[in-house]
Amino acid sequence: MIDQTRRGFLKGVLGAGVAGIALGSGLIPLRVEAAPDASNWSKKAFSTPGVDDTISELYGMEAVESDKISMDLPTIAQNGAVVPVTVETSLPNVTGIALLVAQNPNALAATFEIPKGTLPFVSNRLKMAETTDVVAVVISDGKAYKATQNVKVTVGGCGG
Amino acid sequence: MASSIRVRAVESGGVTSLKALVRHPMDSGFVKDSAGNIVPAHFIQVLTISHNGKQVFIADWGPAVSKDPFLECRFEGAKKGDKLTISWIDNKGESDSTEATIA
Repeated sequence: MIDQTRRGFLKGVLGAGVAGIALGSGLIPLRVEAAPDASNWSKKAFSTPGVDDTISELYGMEAVESDKISMDLPTIAQNGAVVPVTVETSLPNVTGIALLVAQNPNALAATFEIPKGTLPFVSNRLKMAETTDVVAVVISDGKAYKATQNVKVTVGGCGG
Repeated sequence: MASSIRVRAVESGGVTSLKALVRHPMDSGFVKDSAGNIVPAHFIQVLTISHNGKQVFIADWGPAVSKDPFLECRFEGAKKGDKLTISWIDNKGESDSTEATIA
């Protein structure tokens, strides 16, 4: 009889324990994956060939050459699959930066939104199919500016 | 599962410099495999960096961004010990997110 009671008691404790854990985990909110929203991703801009067409598709205007955009990228790329590109600018009130590769099937490689408080600087690695101009577009005070630099690619980055 | 994102964020003189490396194939949709079949496009479309719930950097990427993409950016207004959230979503709807502490 005593054994029975002990067993029952243990079962009870064990059961309560399990229930407690279940309740506890329920109370802790599950970590929600805060996935970014891809609905604003511009399919059209990313599938437009040609630099000027892409810029007007992206920003609805033409970009003016500017010497205040500094681009840091190799003049000769051994491997077109990985070409580091760094863009920095002294232009004021920058809200966006875009990187374009002129000779790629679709010119646009990346666009960056620069909220207030973020410096107009970005470094990224891009693929290039062949020797090409790389164009950096900077949106400053609502106007588009661009700078261009040529990269000699010895091995293309688009396979095939 | 280990995160696909590796982040290093360092604050110095009021400016936080963040370097992120994401493990992702970034298939362009133009490449053929050894059997001659086109490898379908599979690339990250949007990557965001948030500090205290505010987005400090948003990158929209196309398939011309290199495999295992690298990104560096700089922003003001954060201090050592602050938490950053880095998230991405790709064209197949897969996503990942990680937290980093500013050093």
